Amino acid sequence: MALQLELATPTRLVVSEEVDEVVAPGIEGYFGVWPGHAAFLTTLGAGELSSRRGQQVRYLAVAGGFAEVRNDKVVILADAAEQPEEIDRERAERARQRAEQRLSGRSQDAVDFARAAAALARALARLQVSSRAAG
Amino acid sequence: MATLRDIRRRIRSVQSTQKITRAMKLVAAAKLRRAQERILSARPYATKMTELLGNLAADAGPEAHPLLEQRAGPRRHIVIITSDKGLAGAFNSNILRRSLEFIRESIATELTLVVVGRKARDFYRRRQWRIKKEMIGFWDRLAYSHACELADAFMEQYQAGEVDEVHLIYNEFRSVAVQRAVRQQILPIARAAALPAEGQPAPSADYLYEPSLAAILDGLLPRHIRTQVYRALMESLAGEYGARMTAMEAATRNAKEMIEILTIQYNKARQEKIMKELLDIVGGAEALRQGAG
Repeated sequence: MALQLELATPTRLVVSEEVDEVVAPGIEGYFGVWPGHAAFLTTLGAGELSSRRGQQVRYLAVAGGFAEVRNDKVVILADAAEQPEEIDRERAERARQRAEQRLSGRSQDAVDFARAAAALARALARLQVSSRAAG
Repeated sequence: MATLRDIRRRIRSVQSTQKITRAMKLVAAAKLRRAQERILSARPYATKMTELLGNLAADAGPEAHPLLEQRAGPRRHIVIITSDKGLAGAFNSNILRRSLEFIRESIATELTLVVVGRKARDFYRRRQWRIKKEMIGFWDRLAYSHACELADAFMEQYQAGEVDEVHLIYNEFRSVAVQRAVRQQILPIARAAALPAEGQPAPSADYLYEPSLAAILDGLLPRHIRTQVYRALMESLAGEYGARMTAMEAATRNAKEMIEILTIQYNKARQEKIMKELLDIVGGAEALRQGAG
């Protein structure tokens, strides 16, 4: 018994494969999916999506969107998704610094703050996933 | 009667036009291929999004989200999508005609226009229409973000209660040679399009929602709209290249025919000229012979 994992962004299909386990960044924290999981629909945060097949684990950086689990099928509709080797580390690093600067500034209204926090989360997810590729 | 030199000049001019149309055809063909690939690679997301909405049908009533709410208000918002450049046959004029028809039909209602592409902008500006928003000069680097910009603007107005309906008018890509001007109501989300009609046994997936159905619809519906706008933009772009390719192919063929006709004319004129010279010589020789004899 296995899970069918499908990951698409608005512009392309990123992953479509059989896996044994998926761990995804839900809006309320990471959740794991094994075969036989109950039907489940959640919004996604920014983070690291990992999927395991046998002993092999692969990682992707995802940000925003939805995950649907139903009948042993995991469908992820992400706003953005990148393979580790696609990530531009320098750009992510710059984004992280920028977001941190904004967060440490004082005169922030709630919207800007939320936006900077989301940008920081995306940057951290990218950095984390890309260091998986290096390590 | 055109002189030989005139005809030669015309042939040369038609030949250089033909060179240009042939080059434009090749460029359009290459761009068309890329545009088609993009449509294909965007399809999985859109299909899955529609499936997901279908699965939510059982749980989501029309009052579940403002974007699903059917308002019978008179204020229409029309998004007209054309290209920036011409030389694409009837590609833009079909859209403009279609949009004028639709505007005429909605005569009693209050209209606001959004124009995408230089052709639509110029057309409605000349007619002194008030244009709410225009998007121009982005076609060469069309990205999902353009669709978001467009969709978010009208969704905001819709949710603020400034408009009651939003329609898209764009060219649908049927095949390389065929584009069809279509109108699509995009807001409020038609129940039939997004979710199966009430009363029908909607497949209840019995989801666990995290954080809640409302929050998920809040994220899902705007993305659904953006995806549809993105698709409309990509179809229009592919259609533009298809139309230009067809138009330039026809132009190249016409140029070829014209060159053939002109070449025949040229040869005829040349023959006549030789004949006349020959007659002159023969006539002169005859006169000399008679004079001598």
